[in-house]
Amino acid sequence: MSTEVAEAGRAEAVRQVGRPADRFDAPEKVTGRAKYAAEFPYPDLAYAALVHSTVARGRITALDAGAARAVRGVIEVLTHENAPKMRPLSRLNLGSFVKGTNVDYLGTDQVHWNGQPIAVVVAETPEAARHAASLVRVTYEELPAKLDFAAEEPHAVPQKGNAIMRSAADKGDAHAALAAAPVKVDLRFTTPPQNHNAIEPHATTAFWQGDRLTVHDTTQSIAFLRKHLAMRFGVPERNVRVLAPFVGGGFGGKGMVWAGTLLAVLAARATGRPVRLALTRESVYHTVGGRTPTVQRVALGADRDGRLTALIHTSVARSGGMPGQVTAASRHLYAAETVHLRQSLVDLDLLPPTAMRAPGEAIGTFALEAAVDELAWELGVDPIELRMRNEPERDPLTGRAFSHRMLREAYALGAERFGWRERDPRPGAMRDGRWLVGMGVATAYHPSLIMPAAATVRLGADGTVLVRCGLHEIGVGAATAQAQIAADALGVPLESVRVEVGDSDLPAGPMAGGSAQTASAAAGVLAACDKLKRQVLALAGPPLRGRKPEEVQARDGGLHVGGSGMTYAEILAGAGRDHVEAAVKAGWARFLARTARDGRRWVRAASGAQFCEVRVDADTGEVRVSRWLGVFDVGRVVNAKTAASQLRGGIVMGIGLALSEQTLVDPRTGRVVNPSLAEYHVPVHADIPRIDVHYLDDPDPTTPLGLLGVGEVGITGVAAAVANAVRHATGRRVLDLPITLDKLL
Amino acid sequence: MRPFAYVRAADVDEAVRAVAGEPGAKFLGGGTNLVDLMREGIERPATVVDVTALPLAAVDDLPDGGLRIGALVRNSALAADPRVHARYPMVSQALLAGASPQLRNMATVGGNLLQRTRCPYFYDAAAACNKREPGAGCDALGGFTRGHAILGVSESCIAAHPSDLCVALAALDAVVEVRGVGGTRRIPMAEFHRLPGDTPHVETALAPDELVTAVELPAVPVAARSRYRKVRDRASYAFALVSVAAALEVRDGVVADVRLALGGVGAKPWRARAAEELLAGGPADEDAFARAAEAELEPATVRPGNAFKTRLARATIVATLRELSG
Ligand SMILES: Cc1cc2nc3c(=O)[nH]c(=O)nc-3n(C[C@H](O)[C@H](O)[C@H](O)COP(=O)(O)OP(=O)(O)OC[C@H]3O[C@@H](n4cnc5c(N)ncnc54)[C@H](O)[C@@H]3O)c2cc1C
Ligand code: SF4
Repeated sequence: MSTEVAEAGRAEAVRQVGRPADRFDAPEKVTGRAKYAAEFPYPDLAYAALVHSTVARGRITALDAGAARAVRGVIEVLTHENAPKMRPLSRLNLGSFVKGTNVDYLGTDQVHWNGQPIAVVVAETPEAARHAASLVRVTYEELPAKLDFAAEEPHAVPQKGNAIMRSAADKGDAHAALAAAPVKVDLRFTTPPQNHNAIEPHATTAFWQGDRLTVHDTTQSIAFLRKHLAMRFGVPERNVRVLAPFVGGGFGGKGMVWAGTLLAVLAARATGRPVRLALTRESVYHTVGGRTPTVQRVALGADRDGRLTALIHTSVARSGGMPGQVTAASRHLYAAETVHLRQSLVDLDLLPPTAMRAPGEAIGTFALEAAVDELAWELGVDPIELRMRNEPERDPLTGRAFSHRMLREAYALGAERFGWRERDPRPGAMRDGRWLVGMGVATAYHPSLIMPAAATVRLGADGTVLVRCGLHEIGVGAATAQAQIAADALGVPLESVRVEVGDSDLPAGPMAGGSAQTASAAAGVLAACDKLKRQVLALAGPPLRGRKPEEVQARDGGLHVGGSGMTYAEILAGAGRDHVEAAVKAGWARFLARTARDGRRWVRAASGAQFCEVRVDADTGEVRVSRWLGVFDVGRVVNAKTAASQLRGGIVMGIGLALSEQTLVDPRTGRVVNPSLAEYHVPVHADIPRIDVHYLDDPDPTTPLGLLGVGEVGITGVAAAVANAVRHATGRRVLDLPITLDKLL
Repeated sequence: MRPFAYVRAADVDEAVRAVAGEPGAKFLGGGTNLVDLMREGIERPATVVDVTALPLAAVDDLPDGGLRIGALVRNSALAADPRVHARYPMVSQALLAGASPQLRNMATVGGNLLQRTRCPYFYDAAAACNKREPGAGCDALGGFTRGHAILGVSESCIAAHPSDLCVALAALDAVVEVRGVGGTRRIPMAEFHRLPGDTPHVETALAPDELVTAVELPAVPVAARSRYRKVRDRASYAFALVSVAAALEVRDGVVADVRLALGGVGAKPWRARAAEELLAGGPADEDAFARAAEAELEPATVRPGNAFKTRLARATIVATLRELSG
């Protein structure tokens, strides 16, 4: 997409874009008409259930499915002994990019983690399948396993970087500068593993007709899933159709292809029946990766005025999946004289981690921003003031320009709105009855990315517009946002626009990840709208004939030059056409070239200032978040309502990260001890105060429409803001997440 | 879930006979605990006898000013009863601090008494658990013990009793009325739940065929001024790390009457008699509260994962008594 098109799109996007339009899918969801992956009916549908290993590492020596087979209604028990083989992953195939793990499910007798699926029962009812699955008896030869992150941490190896995700950086001699610094902090933080708990557990309905496969799946990456399935089942990509009109939340947990999806497809192939595999919550914990644990060191050296002379941030995380960029924010946030950044990984015999909302950044900003706060305490300087003293004009490591940077504005506005001035800086000085009150801030930061997206836009003779793009409606209002964009680009009312999403037969949309879906699709949709306008203009008679596209404005349901113009209906009728359609393709080569080029030119990110007030019970150490304000620079906002929900949702998830969420993995067995919503503590309503979200709404000059992405920046900085507020309330610095009450007693 | 037979009992005797006549049969109340455990394959009854149609869902006044609560009164209904509010606020508060509104609408008083521990190793069929399988060992020892008990535990089991309601009932000297094929018995709350010893699978004094029919609360004037304080890992919808049911009457700076029971720390709902004895007749001040708490917690057996509970319990006891004395 050229900058010219972006400029044109921006000039016109004034009517629908920015409005808090109601999402199109709301009535369907509220009335229950919206269908999810486990709800598509098929005649003759069979149901599958997984059998999970109960050892972490080993070899299956015997598997007795006799009792399972004897259960009434059982159709088949698939094991490594009888299951059809899947094709191996190929490095050359883009579909391999979304592999969740390297395990060849049911193709091997090897067990790689406690909970790995080792058999699948297919039955006439879900109850029979589950019951039979509980009767499969397995004997293992156990092998030694590495299960304890804390114990393995000293053996971490450097994480490999690439052009887009770098993992190490040096500027000057940070260690020497730290040693020489008159004021310093040097802290060791830990963050726990976490699991995905989207409201809709992962589910797949798979149906083979000969060599043609239809899959309804809870996926955030339709196009990649299609490639992956074609590769693993040895059929041409065009034979695979992936449908995901609605997905009940993803957060990164549905970006990769996990066992449930593969085994549903495999079971359907093996039995010749349509098969549904809807994971139990517990099976999600056993088969879908989560957030890596980390150990991080942040050391900061400063002169007495608080100017940073050294910034050291190192991290140890788990290998596998897509390694997070734990130290990424430390590259861009502070104008330190010297910098040293390193990321390393440890190998464990556990289910590999995966992306989870702002992987890396959510936990990296915890350590960095808590350390900055601690430095402010050391210096006796207000933490906002300290940040402003170190706010860089250009990217600190590369000297490149920021495409957009409004942290000063965000903090100024936030301080004003939150009443930061009323904060008594002494720890424990603010009290409300039994509660110690504290206020904390932290910076939010998430890189902004645009991925390739194809789209078609079709204009009907009646003036209606159909946008088609294989987007993912994972709860964010994706279709509504694109409708708003197309309505403005073509100058038609929102009601005239329909958007089709969630189907691999549509032009391939971007993956719903990296906070990039809306901005990426917008690039495709705007380019298609632009192309469409040119095509329509070419069909038009007087007064538009011969006009250049740049002279023409799309508004009021037609094209106009100055005071005169024609409606689309008039133009199409005059040309004897019942519709005009324009398509743009997604080019990966172009994407990579552009990303590399942009990366050399500027540093682009969404950012913000998180303001938190906590109350800590003086007797018991219970922490309650009592107020929240986030002021964000997310470029232009497409839909004021759904964007605010994204930012707010990020903050809610961040409060879980700060205070309660953690997966307990027993280091003796590698078993997840709390695989349920009763014992894995996501925040509940009572944990969440009113959350004020404000955005600066200033378009970024380097992206189509000026979008920067809103999906993930909301969670970044949250855990640090909470920890910093707790520090203010109690005088205690908690370095280990989650901040549970025992750490404050 | 394993296949099972379902029977709906029309009267109490039929329910008792149905369970007595069938080894491995279980009563079904609201099902919020039993059905979960059946799904996990931890409970495997061949028959469940649904008792929710029995006429045991009333709360009646007793002549002495107490209340008789039918075993099938739903947790939400009991919490909302104005008599409970007025005479035993700690009971209402305990109920409302538990589970979620949806669960409380289903859960019955009888089921609440009989609910089983939330020890995660008990819930995981792949783990070793003496309670599930006597003699198998206990994976909680040396594992995650944040939710586990520190009082009344044994080397075979350190599971905590999870109920909030039962803590209040323990403080109030409630009496549990049960009916078996042999007739009706009345079991004082203090004797209803058993400590694990070396038989952690035996959890109550109830015989397998015995149905809880009612819980009686005697008149406890001091309970009109009572409080249930629950401390947990999130603001709602979590089991207690520590909870305190307390009632206190102070006259001229002296403790005239006191009731104290603890949740989250005991292998059973924990009546804090040692603390009560120290407090009775003594000063109602911070020092006395702390000394009483320490006396109660003195025999605690802690593990690395739950050692904080001693401090937390002490702090919560003191804070709750302070609040009631203020
Ligand atoms: C997610 C979750 C969170 C929860 N949080 C809390 C909490 O914070 N605090 C808390 O206190 N509780 C909590 N609970 C537990 C809840 O209170 C119990 O599940 C409930 O009280 C059980 O009542 P029920 O009627 O559903 O029992 P059921 O599940 O029907 O039965 C439980 C047991 O009691 C037996 N039984 C039932 N009725 C009788 C009877 N009349 N006589 C003899 N035996 C009987 C059954 O055979 C079974 O063994 C939670 C439960 C869940 C699922
Ligand atoms: S503590 Fe008790 S319930 Fe838990 S595993 Fe040990 S024996 Fe079983």
